[in-house]
Amino acid sequence: MIDFLQMVVSGVAVGSSYALMGLAMVIIYKTSEVPNFAQGEMALVTSFITMMLLTTFGYPVWLAFCLALVFAAFLGAFLEFAVLRRAKNPNILGTIVITIGLEMVLLGLVSWKFGAEQKTMPFPIGPYDSFIIGDIFIAKLEVLTLVSALLLMTLLFFFFKYTRLGLAMKATQQNAVAAKIVGIRTNRIMMMTWAISSVVGATAGLLISPVIMHPFMMWDPMLKGFAAAVMGGMTSLPGAVAAAYLLGIIENLFGGYVSIEFKSVVAFAIIVLVLCFKPSGLFARHYVKKV
Amino acid sequence: MDMKRGYYEDVQLVTSPVVFFWLVVLLVTLLLFPFVVSNYYVYVANYIAINIIVAAGLNLLVGYTGQISLGHAGFFAIGAYGTVILMAKAGMPFLLALPCAGLVAAGFGFLLGLPALRLEGPYLAIATLGFGLTITQVIGRMTLFGGREGLHAPDLVIGPWAVDTDRQFYFLLIGMTVLLLLGMRSLIKTRVGRAFIAIRDADIAAQTMGVNIVFYKTLAFAVSAFYAGIGGGLYAFVLRFIEPEIFTLMMSIMFLAMVVVGGLGSLMGPVVGAGLLCWLDLKLRNILNIPFLGDWLETLSRSWFSITGVSNIQYIVFGSIMVAIMLFEPLGLYGVWLRTKQYWRTWPF
Repeated sequence: MIDFLQMVVSGVAVGSSYALMGLAMVIIYKTSEVPNFAQGEMALVTSFITMMLLTTFGYPVWLAFCLALVFAAFLGAFLEFAVLRRAKNPNILGTIVITIGLEMVLLGLVSWKFGAEQKTMPFPIGPYDSFIIGDIFIAKLEVLTLVSALLLMTLLFFFFKYTRLGLAMKATQQNAVAAKIVGIRTNRIMMMTWAISSVVGATAGLLISPVIMHPFMMWDPMLKGFAAAVMGGMTSLPGAVAAAYLLGIIENLFGGYVSIEFKSVVAFAIIVLVLCFKPSGLFARHYVKKV
Repeated sequence: MDMKRGYYEDVQLVTSPVVFFWLVVLLVTLLLFPFVVSNYYVYVANYIAINIIVAAGLNLLVGYTGQISLGHAGFFAIGAYGTVILMAKAGMPFLLALPCAGLVAAGFGFLLGLPALRLEGPYLAIATLGFGLTITQVIGRMTLFGGREGLHAPDLVIGPWAVDTDRQFYFLLIGMTVLLLLGMRSLIKTRVGRAFIAIRDADIAAQTMGVNIVFYKTLAFAVSAFYAGIGGGLYAFVLRFIEPEIFTLMMSIMFLAMVVVGGLGSLMGPVVGAGLLCWLDLKLRNILNIPFLGDWLETLSRSWFSITGVSNIQYIVFGSIMVAIMLFEPLGLYGVWLRTKQYWRTWPF
């Protein structure tokens, strides 16, 4: 029982970082129908910049993190403005290829600059600091991840529901032409969507970096986050979050009870199974193409 | 453009004496090539030929049928491991083991094609991507497949002919590549190929015209996987040693990049794309040895970047190529060729 609870707790913790990545991808996909494979590497660049600010320039932690998030926002906006907007009516394959290309460029830049070896992030909370409730170990970093994930989700919820910008984003996503007619600059909205999504992804990157920090660190969270987003229906924010926690918990339980070796691929097996029965994911209405 | 008046004219390979002449020149060049150049370039040619086979197969799926696959490294791995195991454990001759492994890969392609019937866009991308990753993991954990230690390819003997150098393997490989490409061309020009194209252009319209979507989509996956499997089986003998770490997601991405860079939905596109990207890949592995550029990059790396990570420039190059192709010429190099041809045909105007 203790084992079980422990696994669920670490599953929730892992699920939080998947949820952040999944959220970031859903935000972009909702507004622009781009499955953003570069999401992980955008977060990667931000994490390494933060590390540079902390170690090379010796900035205080709070300042470095604020600057990192601002940088993330600008990076996202820049990529949308400089690359994605220049593509003329790309189909879905086109956007996948473009974002994979961006991913490789960013990955190459980071590993050229910093080398491929493991780094350590001078994070105020170490990966092994933990406290014990009952007999369950809970790492402080995991709690921080969970709290920031929940906080960001709440913020996003209110943002999309009540602010002008959030409503404009919703309008753009539902009908870009109509949004333009009522005076929304859809291009600018698109750029801001990328900025917000990049910040959400960067938060995930910053929270993963104390545990593991090398140029390929974001692949697994990004792919799992993408898997969660797809499982949740690719357009539903709560769906992506729920699926991410589900994947995190199932993954950990599978690793504990069935086979630790196949732990990292079980998420994809689940995805294929889910998609067999619900081709548009668990939480989205099935999209029927009209002729 | 040139007008086709009948079915025969469409499938005809040799349309004019000029074409015939260049075909002969091409064949003679291919046959004489290994006698003129050094061993290294024969190896390069083998490497490129294998990638051409896989890229042609992937092009059938992505370019002609309009599906997405980020998991072709999985089929490639199945082909490589299948061939080696069928030869080493089941004692099959190479020429039997290779198509058998290809058929196994095709079977997996068919299985992956089943969920793909209902999926599109990002859903299909993540499903195929997951398939590729899973195959590599499963192979890496099973003792039959040699686990993490990998497997050595057995000696390659075809009848009385012992193929043990790159130069000898080249002839086998070129023969197969040409055969497979001709097979692909014939497939595209038949009823089946036209069904694929119809599905790509408008699947619902194709269905109303009587194209059996279930059959043709799964067939596209199976044929594409067959090509990847054959490529994998041959690759095992170029490397002589296979391990699960070779068949990564990056490999699947590179296959997709070859097709996209060469030109989606064209016969020569994957050939050019595979040739260009493989050549670049081999060149960029030793980027510091390139004259002038290498020295400049070395000083640049020392002062601004890190010298240990300099080999990662290849990611930047490949990524930029992919982005640039998609932004400026979505038809790839084939599109560039078409436009150049058009430009010179109507030149003074």
